[in-house]
Amino acid sequence: MVPTAYYLILAAMLFSIGIAAFLIKRNVITIFISIELMLNAVNLTFVAFAHMWHQVSGQIFVFFVMVVAAAEAAVGLAIVLSIFRTRKTLNVDEIDLMKS
Amino acid sequence: MTSMPWSTIWLIPLLPFVGFLINGTLGRRLPRNVVGAVALLFTALPAGLVAWLWVTMCAAEAPRSFVSEIRPNGFDWIAITGFHVNFAFAVDHLTLIMLAVVTGVGFLIHIYSVGYMGHEEGYWRYFAYLNLFMFFMSVLVLAANFLLLFVGWEGVGLASYLLIGFYFKKSSAANAGKKAFIVNRIGDFGFLLAMFLLIAHFGSLSFKEVFAVLTQNPQWQQQGAHFLPAIALLLLLGAAGKSAQIPLYIWLPDAMEGPTPVSALIHAATMVTAGVYMVARCHPLFDSSPFAMMVVAVIGAATALFAASIGMVQNDIKRVLAYSTISQLGYMFMACGVGAYAAGIFHLLTHAFFKALLFLAAGSVIHALSGEQDMRNMGGLRTRTPITFWTMSAGVFAIAGIPPFAGFFSKDEILYRTFTSTNPLHIVLWLVGLLTAGMTSFYMFRLWFKTFFGNAKFERTELENHASAVHARSRTNLMMEAEPNEDQAECPHGVHESPWIMLLPLVVLAILSIVGGWVGIPAALGGNNGMERFLDPVFASNTTGEAAATVGHGLELALAFISVLAALAGFYFAYVSYYKKPGTASTLAARNPTAYSLVKNKYLVDEFYGAYLITPLLMFTRGILELMVELGLVNGSAAAAGATTRGFAWIARKQISGNIRSYAGWLAIGAAAVITAMIFGDALKALL
Repeated sequence: MVPTAYYLILAAMLFSIGIAAFLIKRNVITIFISIELMLNAVNLTFVAFAHMWHQVSGQIFVFFVMVVAAAEAAVGLAIVLSIFRTRKTLNVDEIDLMKS
Repeated sequence: MTSMPWSTIWLIPLLPFVGFLINGTLGRRLPRNVVGAVALLFTALPAGLVAWLWVTMCAAEAPRSFVSEIRPNGFDWIAITGFHVNFAFAVDHLTLIMLAVVTGVGFLIHIYSVGYMGHEEGYWRYFAYLNLFMFFMSVLVLAANFLLLFVGWEGVGLASYLLIGFYFKKSSAANAGKKAFIVNRIGDFGFLLAMFLLIAHFGSLSFKEVFAVLTQNPQWQQQGAHFLPAIALLLLLGAAGKSAQIPLYIWLPDAMEGPTPVSALIHAATMVTAGVYMVARCHPLFDSSPFAMMVVAVIGAATALFAASIGMVQNDIKRVLAYSTISQLGYMFMACGVGAYAAGIFHLLTHAFFKALLFLAAGSVIHALSGEQDMRNMGGLRTRTPITFWTMSAGVFAIAGIPPFAGFFSKDEILYRTFTSTNPLHIVLWLVGLLTAGMTSFYMFRLWFKTFFGNAKFERTELENHASAVHARSRTNLMMEAEPNEDQAECPHGVHESPWIMLLPLVVLAILSIVGGWVGIPAALGGNNGMERFLDPVFASNTTGEAAATVGHGLELALAFISVLAALAGFYFAYVSYYKKPGTASTLAARNPTAYSLVKNKYLVDEFYGAYLITPLLMFTRGILELMVELGLVNGSAAAAGATTRGFAWIARKQISGNIRSYAGWLAIGAAAVITAMIFGDALKALL
């Protein structure tokens, strides 16, 4: 039996990697992936706690998160596509129309 | 009490205030005759009320003093535990006389103003201010406590300031207004301190209670309590400011920049006598301190002599009268200082008549000469303006103290009381008073001869040219001093008598200047001392009257004879110098150039104040207050606060980069901080 803490440590590591990538990377796609990474880190903690407390609601939450993440990925990728079409770039530093 | 008009006393000050509100708010849109009618109506009604008050009060056997104190029901102005101040009015014999002067002379001057100011700009403004003055002056004389008196006191100061600066486009007038206000502030400071001392030692500001406490505690006087002379002297400082006594007299000559009827009403007849009234009103306080009385008498005598000597060499007709006013006020102070309050008030009354008359007549002369105020350019007006001449003559004879004109009786009374007083300096004071009487007679007859006798200084055409030149000057840089005539076509002959509306008050005041003194004919001259007997309930506590009564009538007659001689001597010198041999005065002046120029330049007092008071004060304000406190402390701290805020704002602004990832970074740091706090929070709390 693997202790819950291991799962949590793994999730924290994944989440930190996601944050770091989100902050450092400039490519929109990479940032997108790092967001997915963070979401999945959270999913992992959900599952770990659900297993620990023998509660099924945590696992149900994970499904919800997956559904929302899928929808978010669809919308996000569509936005990325349309940005690429208009700006001919995926570098976030150059996508600065809102910046005054 | 219901049969007496007590409840209507409130209307005496209130009616002019209504007039002020109407003219002050709507006057600009109302036609001139309506403005004048409103102003006249709301001063005539109080005058009528005062007349009614006189009738009822003289009919009733009036109680001795403070006949009635009227206050609004269920309303305390200031109520602190054990200390109350109310909007309370009181009427006694002194108040009655002052009310008669204020409303009566005030009403006459309002009538005169309708004619005099007829063509002026700001007609409505003038009458609004004048009604405001009447309001505050009535409050001043009716007040039953020091604080309400102070309200009136400050209010008349305000009205005076507004009216001196009536021609505010002329910088000298605006400056004169400021000077009057600031000099009065010095006096008011003394008045305020006196009130604080009264609160501290008497626990009340009501005249009745203060004087009652004073009589209940005779040991104060015997033990020489220091606060009694302090209060009296501080009150005297206030009175000196308002009544233009040494050392605060300097504002009154400059106040002549105002319209002439204002000089007559405020700066001769009523407001400037408020100081005398106040000293008389507070006479128990002054009686309790011989030292303060001495100071009052000496200041009065010194001012009388000093101002009279300046008045002798002035050439501006209004300035002569201004110095004469200061001098006569000095007389009144001298009377108060020797305890002859009734004589002082008597002189106040007659002075109000003849000095108002003199100013109004001078205004009529100025009017006739189309704005000329310099006596060197006058002369021979006797035939051209006969009514002005005859009325002004009554005023001149009255002030010079020629019997049986009003001034003789009051001035003689003061001199007699001074001579017989218990004041250790009484002979000196009497001599000063006598000398002043002679000088007064001299400069008044000088004015009289220069203005009305001799040759007209201008031929007809020349005068017209001059008049138009004066007009041109006044239009361009002086802004219409006194002569309101816009169109020369109205007076093709140049010199002209004033309209009847201006002459009517002159005639009334001339009659009063002749008969006004008869109310107080002394027993020695077959009279009944009516004035003194009338005021007896108010001033009964002073003992000088009884002491004087023991001296025989022979002395009084002799003193009267000497003072008449002094007046005749003044007349004779003026006659010789300015009528018979017109060059005498100038040769005398040429022989003593230093003395002449010193007096001519008013003893350089203004310059002295400028160099030793105003300049250091300005240096202090500019150097210390402006540079260090204002710029350094106030501005500096404000600027520092602004800079600090701006610095923090700069740091905060740097965070709003528009870069999503930097926001995300802050978010992450914030989340990390929250998590840290959650994990280690308990440990931190335990540590603290």
